[in-house]
Order: sequence, then C-alpha cells, then structure tokens
Amino acid sequence: MTEPLLQAINTGKIYPGGIEALRNANLTIAPGEFVCLIGASGCGKSTLLRMIAGFETITSGQITMRGKAVTGPGSDRGMVFQDYGLFPWLTIRKNIAFGPIARGRPKAEAMATADRFVTMMGLDRFADSYPHQLSGGMKQRVAIGRVLANDAQMALMDEPFGALDAMTRERLQDELLTIWRATGLSVVFVTHSLEEAIFLADRVVVMSPGPGRIVAEERITLERPRDVSSPEFNDIRRHLASLLHADHARVAA
Amino acid sequence: MNEAVEALPPDSASPRIDVTPLLRIIVPVVLLLLWWIGTALNPGGLIPSPQDVGTALWDLAFGGIYDDAFSKMLLPDLIASAGRVYGAFILAAALALPLGMLIGRLRIVKELLEPTFQVLRPIPVTAWLPLSMIMFGIGPKSAFFLVALGAFYPILVNTVFAVRSVEPRLFEAAQMLGVSPARLFPKVVLPASLPGMFTGLRLGLGFAWVVIVVGEMTGVQIGLGAMIMDARQLSRTEIVIAGMAIIGVAGFLSDYAVVLLGRRLLAWSPQHG
Repeated sequence: MTEPLLQAINTGKIYPGGIEALRNANLTIAPGEFVCLIGASGCGKSTLLRMIAGFETITSGQITMRGKAVTGPGSDRGMVFQDYGLFPWLTIRKNIAFGPIARGRPKAEAMATADRFVTMMGLDRFADSYPHQLSGGMKQRVAIGRVLANDAQMALMDEPFGALDAMTRERLQDELLTIWRATGLSVVFVTHSLEEAIFLADRVVVMSPGPGRIVAEERITLERPRDVSSPEFNDIRRHLASLLHADHARVAA
Repeated sequence: MNEAVEALPPDSASPRIDVTPLLRIIVPVVLLLLWWIGTALNPGGLIPSPQDVGTALWDLAFGGIYDDAFSKMLLPDLIASAGRVYGAFILAAALALPLGMLIGRLRIVKELLEPTFQVLRPIPVTAWLPLSMIMFGIGPKSAFFLVALGAFYPILVNTVFAVRSVEPRLFEAAQMLGVSPARLFPKVVLPASLPGMFTGLRLGLGFAWVVIVVGEMTGVQIGLGAMIMDARQLSRTEIVIAGMAIIGVAGFLSDYAVVLLGRRLLAWSPQHG
C-alpha cells in the first residue's frame, strides 16, 4: 500500500461534560481513496470527521495528515457540510474563489480557477447568482466546487446529500464519483444510508454508539457503476446491516 | 404587500388591475376626511381644519398670505433640521458601529461597557434635555447631542446583535478554506453582519427624525422643531400641524432612500434584496 494520506491512531474524544463520543478509533486513508463512515446517531462518525477537519480537539491518540499532526482546520482538508455553509453575501463564482483568495492567490488567477470549477460543477448559469437563489442540490455543487478549487487533497463530507430529495441525491452521487475519479481526491464521506455507502465507497467503515467506536471495515470491490439492485450489492448490504445491528442483536439475545 | 395582492382571486374577464396604490391611500384619505368633518362640525374649536393647515403650509413654503415670522421659512427650517438629523446620525453611527462590533465580539469590552449602556439606554432623550443644555449650552450643540443620543442606541443594539449572531458554520467554512483566526473578522463577521447593522442604521435615522423636535427645544432659532415650539407659544396650531406633516414626510422620504440604498448594497440578502 502507498504511504497513507491520513492516519488516525487510537483517536478518542471526551467532551468536557465527560461524555465519551469516540474511543480508540484507528483509521488509515490512502491517497485517492473513497471511504464511507456509517453508523447510527451517536456512533461518533461526525465527531471523527470533525476531528479530522480540525474543528474538534483530539482528547486522546492523534490524527496525522501526510505524517503531520492535525491541530486545526487547514485547506488541505476541505469540508462539505450538510447545510452547505456557503457565504450568502458572495456570488457563486466568488464563493468558489473564496479559498484561493484567502490563501493569497492573485485575484485574476483565483477568478480563473473559480470559473473552471463553476463550469465543472455545471453552475455556469448561476455564476453570478447568490446562494439563496439556488436549490439545495445546486448549493451542494457550489460547496463541492469550492473545496476542489482550493486544491484540497481530501474532501470531508458530512452527510452532504442528507437534506436533498432522492432524485437529486442520486444525481449528485454519480457526479461526485465522476469528479472523484477525474481529480484523484481522497474522500471521507459520512452517511447513515447503507445503500449510499456501498454505492460510493472503496471501503465502508462501520461504527457503533455507546461509546462511539469503529466496529468493522469492509472493502467494496464491486465494479463501478454499481447496480444497487444486483444480488451482489444486496449481499454486501445484508452483511453490513448485520454488523450495524450487531449491538441490538446482542442485547436482544 | 405584493403577496396579499397576488392572493386576490384573478379576474378572468379583464386584465388584472394592481390595487396596491389604492390600498395604500385608503387610510390617509379616511383620516383626512374624518379630520375635515370633525372640524367642519365644530367651527369654533381649537383644532384647525385641513384647509387652514394647507394655507399655512403654502405660506410656510412660498409666503404671500400672512407674511409673518413663519412665512417662507419652510426651506431654511427643513435644511437646518435635516442637517442636524444627518449630522447627528453620522456621529451616532461613527460611535455606535465600532463600539457595537467590539462589544459583540470581545468579551472584555462587553463586560466593561454593556452594563453601563443597559442602564443608560432606557433614559428617554427628553430627560436628557436639561442636562444637555447645561453641558452643551443653549442652542444647536445641545440639539445635536440629543438627536445623536436618540440615534445611537438602535444602531448599537443592532450591531451588537448582528456581530454576535453570525452563523458558526461560516467560521468553520472560512477556516477550512484557509482563513486564519485573525482574519475571520474582516472575511466573515463584517460581511455577515451587514444586514443587521443596516437595520440598526435605518432605525437610528428614523429615531433621529423622531427626536428632532425635542432636540430643538433647546433654544435653537431655526429648524422644524423650533418652528413647532414657536408656533405653539403663539397658539398657531395650524403651523404646529404643518410642521408635524413636514417632519413626517421628510422622515418617510429619508427612510425610503435608505431602503433603496439597502436593496442595492444588500442584494444578496433575502430580507433586503
């Protein structure tokens, strides 16, 4: 295996109130890998993602990016939020140019970069619109575009399609895979939909609550594009569902 | 208001008529009629009729009717008052905007200043009148102070609230895109709180017009408030009402200009655009 892009070693999170959100998580992400974190609410999947992003402090263990400890947010790890987090006062083009400008790129260059990603994300018609004029799906395209335009090596996605309708979600899943293949970006994608995880990921990481922890990892080797109604897909789904619900089963037994 | 109009059932026979202007003038016309009927039924009363006020307005604007101390004074009075309103408003904004940003974002400044302002804020401008005349003397300086005081608090309170209620998500978004903590203020806080600050400025300017009469009770010679005070002492109630109408219209136009400006500058904000 190539040198890992990101490594979480015995990572844990205890909130000041004493609540343990995550215990001893070990996770390695290779460059260009697409990993989905899945689990019920309270399993620590969002906490882990936010610790990788640098938004949450790490209370035990460590997380390294290219061998360097993560101590805060950085432009090498771009985040896509479920609620978009777009800057409402900037046009779509300027939202996408925000990162390059913040990092000191010359304005003309930043705008040229932005234009490229506006086109890539199919947003040409909306380049000069403001976020409140866009649908949820379009807003999430902007959010992905601004992470790409900022040369992030890793996209951290926190249930990014959770608020979208089913049709839009499927389209964006396809588009995300296309972009991922074209750019060689690493993706860590949090979801609570097994189907979404199996459809997208190279590897699915199953997490469980009480305290949040990683309980299993499954490499998905199905050829892409994946057929969600195929027997092979369903076999994996059944297997992962049993891992997800292992806790309940034990309690019930 | 437009939504209400659109909600009316469409008339299929004839093209739809926009009834908005009609809706907007109904209440003023009814009030004017009631006033007119009331004064016509009571000819010897203390309240002048609309015609008397109209005549007074004409004389205030162009003279030629009474040719007394009030004739042709509308423009000089209006200019003097508008100058005080805008001057005091700019002074209030220059103080309240930075103070509000500091109180809203820095804990030490908040603890240092907020309790004081909380106690000072409920004190009406009228109550400051005597003290203001002692501190700033009789005349325009006192008027300026009182009007600025009236405009100050709405701007301050709205600015504090605006910079405090920036969505935390936007800080995260900016930081993951490479903005350092020190630059979050200009890159996120300032633009995100513009609509709130704008609301404060709009309210502040409105208040400046509200307190201009009180402000000009400080013994200034010229101004709409001074005119109303003089007319009151001479029992020229028609001039008092004319002055009230002038302040109302001037304040309305001034607010309308601010709203248009806001629509241009804050096109991105669903509340303003």
